[in-house]
Amino acid sequence: MDYEIEAGDPLVIAGRRFGSRLLLGTGKFPSNNALSATIAASGCEIVTVALRRVDPTAEHDILDAIPDGVLLMTNTSGAVDADEAVRLARLARAAGLPTWIKVEVTPDPRYLLPDPVETLRASERLVADGFTVLPYCPADPVLCKHLAEAGCATVMPLGSWIGSNQGLRTKAALEIIVEQADIPVIVDAGLGAPSHAAEALEMGADAVLVNTAIGTAADPPAMGRAFRMGVEAGRAAYLAGLAASRRDASASSPLTGFLA
Amino acid sequence: MSVGATAVELTSRPASAAPGTAAADVNATDIAGLRRLVDSARPVDVDRALARAGRALGRQQRLEDMAALLSPPASERLEDLAAAAHALTLRRFGRTVHLFAPLYLSNECVSVCSYCGFSAGNEIARRTLDVREVEAEARCLVDRGFRHVLLVAGEHARIVSKDYLLRCVQAIAPVVPALSVEVQVWDTETYRRLVDAGCDGLVVYQEAYDRSTYAAVHLKGKKRNYEWRLAAPDRGAEAGMRRLGIGALLGLHADWRSEALAVGAHAHALMQRWWRAEVAVSLPRLRPAAGGYTPAVAVADRDFVQLLCALRLALGDVGIAVSTREPAWLRDGLVPLGVTLMSAGSHTEPGGYAEPSEAEPQFEISDDRSPEEVAAALRARGYDPVWKDWQRS
Repeated sequence: MDYEIEAGDPLVIAGRRFGSRLLLGTGKFPSNNALSATIAASGCEIVTVALRRVDPTAEHDILDAIPDGVLLMTNTSGAVDADEAVRLARLARAAGLPTWIKVEVTPDPRYLLPDPVETLRASERLVADGFTVLPYCPADPVLCKHLAEAGCATVMPLGSWIGSNQGLRTKAALEIIVEQADIPVIVDAGLGAPSHAAEALEMGADAVLVNTAIGTAADPPAMGRAFRMGVEAGRAAYLAGLAASRRDASASSPLTGFLA
Repeated sequence: MSVGATAVELTSRPASAAPGTAAADVNATDIAGLRRLVDSARPVDVDRALARAGRALGRQQRLEDMAALLSPPASERLEDLAAAAHALTLRRFGRTVHLFAPLYLSNECVSVCSYCGFSAGNEIARRTLDVREVEAEARCLVDRGFRHVLLVAGEHARIVSKDYLLRCVQAIAPVVPALSVEVQVWDTETYRRLVDAGCDGLVVYQEAYDRSTYAAVHLKGKKRNYEWRLAAPDRGAEAGMRRLGIGALLGLHADWRSEALAVGAHAHALMQRWWRAEVAVSLPRLRPAAGGYTPAVAVADRDFVQLLCALRLALGDVGIAVSTREPAWLRDGLVPLGVTLMSAGSHTEPGGYAEPSEAEPQFEISDDRSPEEVAAALRARGYDPVWKDWQRS
């Protein structure tokens, strides 16, 4: 069976078109080979790498696992405030990496929750500095409006805590974010199963970013393929128009009796 | 150039909507396509629209649902529509209706609009209140309980000038906590000055969204520039207006359903683009006016009810206003179905509250109950009449 996404339905971010709606994080993989095989099996076209992991002097650097044609997006993982995030982004640019930046500002080491205030500050400064900015953020509809107004290319609200595999715990807020968005919404963090990814796409999210569930699976490439299928099923269902659950009828005194 | 544009396009009042505005979104909306969905809607489409009303949906889904709810199969299920609209309104707004009063500043007008009593050339008694008279009117309305006043005037850039409007706003802002304007459309800078002076709300009816109808009924004056008017709510929002009101006059265009769809499309676009603003809509049914105008089409009561239910169900958060053009029995009946804003005890002639004169009203009112009678009727139905809902700092 052919699971290719229709060419007529690309994901467009900052004017660039992508055939895949699955973005991949590169942490927690058992090896560069596993990562490389997973990128191929998942069909993803954007991967994100923590700048702090990159070591151009190493013999087997993580960047070696990323094939040509796949967009490398540096993330600012480890930054605890806007200053650190901006510094990491500029280091990435100075190292010759693409200027697509996933802003991550997580001052809390336990749940790694994104700091809304510092994330917005970092995003504003990086947009002004010419970066294409994709911020990882809390599932807060008003914050997402601020990030859009700041010039971010997408918003990336969390489905649940990073690495928690709990799925769309923030679904009610995500629905509002999707409804209000005029830039792509990528659900990032907490997706533990392909069905979670399908659910995000079914509700109208433009894409998902997955790492832990794939990178720590017994067979990462196979799980990457499974997520790809989940994403494609969810998107196809969204485009097809899900049938709504039926509303219960409730008899009551007529509300249009005054017309009689 | 659009059909409704002025012959000479001024750079200060461009006859095209800027990208990124709600006006541009309206222009990009396939209203004719949505209108065809009204005719082709099946019962299952009505089911779906009813089932997902109130959920977070995309623009196209909402507008398609609105089309389904305006359809003949939906008309056969009006009580179902009413029940769903009632439930959604209750959940979102509670049992409340906000009351406001129009304060007419002037019936002077240089525009020629075929449907309006103030139209230039109509042999009517003209009057423009001076600032002292405006203050007297405002105090009279405050004494009657109103805390939200809508300043209304005809289009006369010299007599109803920017500076005149500013003086009026400055004069009454200290006694009126919520102040809106419904006057000729202005540029962003003028709206900003009005906001700074204490005006919080802007009401601009497009009158007719259908371009050929718009051109046919707006015969002379700046108002002929369709696009400049369409983008006025965008300019007001950019200037900081907290409340935006839009609407169409039912009866100008022969197809009221396509006008309703355009109002829905515009309201949704404004809510998306200007997410900080409260957006309300109104679709007054035109009545005969001075100058001998009779509407092109009469919208039946039952159709009007269906229209308001469809609006409520498609746009759960939008405010819906019903004016005193409608009779008391209909206004009372509509309250549970989604109405959130009502005028009461209205006079549509300048000076009508404190110092009545022979000045011509803009239109005849049908619901002539006093504000207190309207409030009592609301309370009798279990609704709270809300007089005050804003206090500028």
